[in-house]
Amino acid sequence: MKRRDFLKKSAAAGATVGMASLIGLSARAQGAEILIGGLHDETGGLDFAGKPMQQVLGFAVDEINEQGGLLGRKLKLVTADTQTNMQLYASLAQQVALKDKVSVVHGGLTSASREVIRPVLRRFNTLYFYNTLYEGGVCDRNCFCTGTTPAQTVQKLVPHVMKKWGKKVYTIAADYNYGQITSAWVKKYVEENGGQVLSTDFFPLDVTNFGPTIQKIQAAKPDLVMSVLVGAAHLGFYRQWAAAGMKKQIPIASTTFGAGGTEPILITPEESEGIITCYGYYPTIDIPANKAFKTKVQAKLGAMPPAGNGPLLTELSVCTYEGMMLWAAGVKKAGTVDRMKVIEALETGISLDMPSGKVTIDPTTHHVTRDVYLANLKNREYVILESFSQQPPADTQAVCDLKKNPNDNQHYQIKL
Amino acid sequence: MDYALVVLIEVLRAVGGLVLISIGLAIIFGMMRIVNIAHGEFLMLGGYTVVLAGKAGINTWVAMLVLAPAVVGLVGIAIERCFIRFLYGRMLDTLLATWGLSLFIVGFVTVVFGNTLEGVSVSLGSFEVGRFRVAGYSIFIIAMAAVLLVGTVAMLRGTRLGLIARGTMQNPGMAAALGLSPPKIYMVTFGIGAALTGLAGGVLAPITGVVPTMGIAFIAQAFITVITGGAAIVAGTGSASSLLGSVSQLTTFATTPVIGDVALLFVAVALLRILPQGITSRFFRRSL
Repeated sequence: MKRRDFLKKSAAAGATVGMASLIGLSARAQGAEILIGGLHDETGGLDFAGKPMQQVLGFAVDEINEQGGLLGRKLKLVTADTQTNMQLYASLAQQVALKDKVSVVHGGLTSASREVIRPVLRRFNTLYFYNTLYEGGVCDRNCFCTGTTPAQTVQKLVPHVMKKWGKKVYTIAADYNYGQITSAWVKKYVEENGGQVLSTDFFPLDVTNFGPTIQKIQAAKPDLVMSVLVGAAHLGFYRQWAAAGMKKQIPIASTTFGAGGTEPILITPEESEGIITCYGYYPTIDIPANKAFKTKVQAKLGAMPPAGNGPLLTELSVCTYEGMMLWAAGVKKAGTVDRMKVIEALETGISLDMPSGKVTIDPTTHHVTRDVYLANLKNREYVILESFSQQPPADTQAVCDLKKNPNDNQHYQIKL
Repeated sequence: MDYALVVLIEVLRAVGGLVLISIGLAIIFGMMRIVNIAHGEFLMLGGYTVVLAGKAGINTWVAMLVLAPAVVGLVGIAIERCFIRFLYGRMLDTLLATWGLSLFIVGFVTVVFGNTLEGVSVSLGSFEVGRFRVAGYSIFIIAMAAVLLVGTVAMLRGTRLGLIARGTMQNPGMAAALGLSPPKIYMVTFGIGAALTGLAGGVLAPITGVVPTMGIAFIAQAFITVITGGAAIVAGTGSASSLLGSVSQLTTFATTPVIGDVALLFVAVALLRILPQGITSRFFRRSL
């Protein structure tokens, strides 16, 4: 290509791009498209969890568009990659709220990231959905939390494994707010069930050497180990535990293993065999809504890893889908995307049949009442052991009442 | 009694772990004065080599002991030819260049191989020490560290290559005057440092697992060990690993891993206040 040609062509291309963005601007002014913000870690250390959430959010948006959109308007997803970086969470939350003026933001992964973007979105009057299982206690009328909290999961997991294995528990947990608060819940439920927590050890997220811990656990002789470990480095525990031949000696239950979906892929089936967990969603839930959902996702995005390249279906990604659907139901009911009207519509206690079962918004806490499942890992498959119908977010309900105090804006923490 | 023995094994394993992750850096940073921020990524590449070779059906031991050092050594030589050779004697520039390199390697591996790879598990079984069970792999790590230390001494002291490498690092001008080619020697030395790091990454892969960002967990410890050790490569790495590994592991046993890390840093800082040139500036001065 000659230099002159190149200049001409690039000028033409530039003009086209400019036109396109102008058209985009006028379209927004007319309100032709409803903009949905997605803030997820598509890259960086937590991308294994953030990317499927982003993909499934896109899937939900497409599904709504295929059915004709909302209020006669199409939806458009505005995504921003937060790169597992707290500074980016802060700036990108401002960007989608102020520059893009989205109607709702879905996103945030760790509790730390949620506490970065929640105040920003509240300040700029942008509705926020946090779709991750977390430690509970967020009380903010601008924020809906669709994932499970300890009263829904830990409360079921602890008595189940104590009945199965015994009353002496050794807790190992990640050293940040999720691990600290969740291990406090573990202690509370163990003691309520007449058991004893022998010790709770905390580990920074980059610890890979669990040798001393494994020997300490052996010295303490618990009936079971409760793992609240988080992230790739902590997977070293399960490897070293198996290498020390402990798998047959002391069983493991976990509030986190497999929550992001990758843990059973990253470690071998022998190392993960028999770990019992409790979440709001497993791919193996045997209800028609879940089967239909899985088939559709697979047709559109591919099979779940390790077989294919589709998104991992876990509580994280499926709650993101459900969060989007709940918001859409709220918009339909309100007849507008206006933030306050949608909040009021959602506060009527909207209820939907979702892949994980029936999901109902709890008006007083903006959390959800949902079905919860207990499962055992067998050769990388979750075998459902027990299901608990319609569990309310009792932990947050104990501290938060948005009906009485609509202006409450706190992250309550459990006191023991 | 059995508890004391278990603690001893764990302490030795921590020392062995530090030796493994820092011996390659001791050559690249200690000998060649290249601040290799991409050291953690060399470890990661070793781990990835083992995992990918395992997937391709190659025996894990072959992958770990042969392929990982070979692959990372070759990568190291390529990197030396492309970047590092322009930066000898410019220590701060090497820091910036290798930092960029480390970001590039992490991004490249994430894009090409993905970050959700199944780890490898090596079965060396476990054995009982009184009331406790200990992984056989711990003993393997201790043995590997010992072999690496002895092997490095033997190579530097016993072979012609070692002699030439040491001489060139001391006085490249004199080496050139004697008819040697310093650029070639730098290249080979860098390659050997990278290969040892790759070997360490391969050996550690079964217990830490591999993700593209795993280097971060090791880089600080490796630099602290090498700097604390001082000028002598083997004696420095060995003594610093022993001291720091014992302190951190014993503290961890007595308290928590957090306090264990704090103790390691505290000892390193205190030691560098007393011996700014590292342990081997005062002790083991004439050793390697």
